[in-house]
Amino acid sequence: MSQKKQDFLARSKEFWNPGKTQDWIDMGVDLVIDRREGYYLFDMDGQRLIDMHLNGGTYNLGHRHPELVEVLKAGTERFDMGNHHFPALARVALAEALRATAPGPDFKYTAYASGGGEAIDIALKTARHANQKRRIVSIHKAYHGHTGLAVKAGDHRFSKLFLSEDTNDEFIHVKFNDLTAMEDALRGRDVAAVIMETIPATYGFPMPEEGYLPAVKALCEKYGALYIADEVQTGLMRTGEMWACTRYGVEPDIMVTGKGISGGMYPIACVLITEACGGWLKEDGFGHMSTMGGAELGCVVAMKTLEIVQRPESRSMGQYIADFLRAGLDDICAAFPDFFIGIRQHGLVMGLMFNDPEGAKPVMKRLYENGVWAIFSTLDPSVLQFKPGLLLSQADAEETLRRMAIAVEQAREDVMGNRRRMV
Amino acid sequence: MTAQQVEPLVDISNSDAARVGRAEMMLERARWAATVFERYDREATMAIVEAVAAKAHEHAAHFGEAVVAESGFGVAAHKKIKNELTAHPLVDFYRDQDFVNARVDEARKIVELPRPAGVIFALTPSTNPIATLHFKAILALMTRNAIVISPHPAVRESSVAAAHALCEAAVAAGAPEAVIQILEHPTIPMVEAFMHSPKTNLILATGGTPMVRAAYSSSNPAIGVGPGNAPVYVDATAEITKAARRIVDSKSFDNSVLCTNESVLITTQDIEKQLKIALKSAGAHICSDDEVERLRRFLFHPRGFNVGAIGRDASWIAGECGIRVPSSTRILVAPIGRIGVEEQLSREKLCPVLALHVAKSRDAAMTQARAVLRLTGAGHSAAIHCRDEAVIMRYSGMVEAYRVIVNAPCSQGAAGFATNLAPTFTIGTGYFGRSSIGENIGPQHLVHWTRIAHNSDKGEPFGEYHGLKREFRGPLAHAPADGVPGAGAAQSPRHAPQSPALDGASKDELRRLIAEELRDLLRK
Repeated sequence: MSQKKQDFLARSKEFWNPGKTQDWIDMGVDLVIDRREGYYLFDMDGQRLIDMHLNGGTYNLGHRHPELVEVLKAGTERFDMGNHHFPALARVALAEALRATAPGPDFKYTAYASGGGEAIDIALKTARHANQKRRIVSIHKAYHGHTGLAVKAGDHRFSKLFLSEDTNDEFIHVKFNDLTAMEDALRGRDVAAVIMETIPATYGFPMPEEGYLPAVKALCEKYGALYIADEVQTGLMRTGEMWACTRYGVEPDIMVTGKGISGGMYPIACVLITEACGGWLKEDGFGHMSTMGGAELGCVVAMKTLEIVQRPESRSMGQYIADFLRAGLDDICAAFPDFFIGIRQHGLVMGLMFNDPEGAKPVMKRLYENGVWAIFSTLDPSVLQFKPGLLLSQADAEETLRRMAIAVEQAREDVMGNRRRMV
Repeated sequence: MTAQQVEPLVDISNSDAARVGRAEMMLERARWAATVFERYDREATMAIVEAVAAKAHEHAAHFGEAVVAESGFGVAAHKKIKNELTAHPLVDFYRDQDFVNARVDEARKIVELPRPAGVIFALTPSTNPIATLHFKAILALMTRNAIVISPHPAVRESSVAAAHALCEAAVAAGAPEAVIQILEHPTIPMVEAFMHSPKTNLILATGGTPMVRAAYSSSNPAIGVGPGNAPVYVDATAEITKAARRIVDSKSFDNSVLCTNESVLITTQDIEKQLKIALKSAGAHICSDDEVERLRRFLFHPRGFNVGAIGRDASWIAGECGIRVPSSTRILVAPIGRIGVEEQLSREKLCPVLALHVAKSRDAAMTQARAVLRLTGAGHSAAIHCRDEAVIMRYSGMVEAYRVIVNAPCSQGAAGFATNLAPTFTIGTGYFGRSSIGENIGPQHLVHWTRIAHNSDKGEPFGEYHGLKREFRGPLAHAPADGVPGAGAAQSPRHAPQSPALDGASKDELRRLIAEELRDLLRK
């Protein structure tokens, strides 16, 4: 590590976040991201990393995608964030564009937030208003963000610290892929909504079993609850369709998108709402306000993102990348079957499973040393989140696999020592 | 409705970023297709080639008519012939050549492995749009390359439809998805973005000189071909009746839009009369001095060739010039006294007007033929009708052309359809014509070979390569989509939204672009 970086990390601890700064150092990842371009990150000491984390899909189209940079620059000639009190050109235009892509014909409105957490809060408040019920059902180990309601819907990992966990029995957590538990939670007909990441990211992308999500939706209908799809990580063509829920045959009542929607160029998150759920927008349109929510520059960037991901090239590249990486990962899996024990995959959404409760951490570290950035799953550190970009080049995909094979072997030795491989 | 139809508030479509962005997405998609295609063995490759040739043959007549309707020039029946020639006969010609497996040369102790170029960016012209598209696509497939086609704007719609049909046939036969792509809205800046992209491995440029020069200036490997202006010399030893008939047939074929058509007929005084009679009976009208002047004024405007005359038939042109001819007239012959910059009719004319120059002697005729190509069309084609091999040899050594067609129609002959030259719609004009390749372009130009070279010392064994097969893993399996009923198989792409109708301004722009390119094609 350069002296310059050491000095910087000291300042980071002093002025920004001492705990987080030190934790990364302790995990062997002394990364300070400086320059970034395409799917490359450059550490301030110059090391290049291929980004397979993408900040949860934020950089689905790559870092500083030239068309997004261009549209943002051009947008500043006319817009700024805008005034959230008034009808705004860019907000309405993006809402119209989103509606055209919505995962069902009943979608009508878009409400705006400045980030995913706030968007989840809007979604939950919308459901409570529409249903006039308070309870929210989410998945055990769920993650939906850190704002007031979103943090309660998630795992206690992030709420207890701030004494912000639910104490009124309004937020119920049920096991993923367990329909009996889901039905038990809904049976009382006092649930406003079930909120569901289509594939739970922070929990390591466990895949919904066949028929699970449609059955949850059916249970919602049976017991008068609404279905909120959290598509923050799974949307925007990452599973081969605009929104992953449609791949599973689910038509939600409310849908949330964030992160990748503006390509990491300008913060914005969006809540798509069906006509039936949008009552508050008529009853009291000032009910939720957000000065930065739906910033018009963000809307301009998001419209370009939507246009890019809908190009025929995007869909077919996503398929090629998913197929190619899977074939290569299968080979690596076959070479280290006692350590790299499985692959969860839906398109570009992938969870790599390792044979140790914290096995993804050494893999992350070794990948980092080998020039690839991918992160363990916070709520299941045996699984590495592996999230290739939608426009990843063939060369970078091949390069990633080469580095991956080396890193997995090294991590295996870290965890299992020199025990003979069972090949 | 899709998001693309929502009017963008901030339009960046005219920025470099937008153009490069679009180009790189198509090219990288092509790279993926090429990467997977390289895993295919010869049998799988040829099955795809055959399927695409069958589709090309099947729609030959339809697109013959469609391009004539769209561009307003050429002869549909002749276009059908060209479209068919670039289907099965093209495949047949190369069927025995293997661009997939290793070649083993025991004597030299060298093994050669074909390595596809990868991603080919190909321009197709307005004059032979579908035939060239067939030709380049099939060549690319034979060699396991992916191709992105940029059609001429004047025949955009037909070209897009034809390319989609070929790609569908290829994919149905097992080819990687999007192995053939077409740029649906080509503009000059867009084409430049493709040419300059480091994601392009090879540019195949057929079209106007500016496009070809742009290809060579792009910093990417390019095969570009220059314009034609073929001299045809009828020697006193020729069978004059046959020669005249072949020349008229060739010059009237598809109203002379092939760059290989005869442009200036040169003969000697001793057979002038006889040749003119033979031309007339083959369907030519020999113009008077006054008619030649009318033709000259009609065909050549101060800024260059009259693009309105391209691919029109002889009686239409005669009508426009006020020349009375029978409706059966197939070509107009314009006698000219000299050849060179002073005589515009000695330039390329992509319409059935043939200049005729009578030289005093055989030597003078050859000098004049050489001058025709000095004016324009260097490296392209020339023809001779002659029974004396020594004369043929001397003529061929004089003219700066890389193909000299003997006793055959030049239009078809130079393109390999009435001779045993390789059938092509891309004529290499070589060093004379500022091109990298001097022969008819074929699949061999779309691969390079990795040469495995053993120690030449007799003591070092070469080893047994004949029994070895290259490893071909074939198509990639579809990755799972866990939890999705019937997962794995991805859905086919939704169709892109229809492009909006052209408004008046775009039409004007399109006309301007076409006119510019055609003028450049004929200028030089």
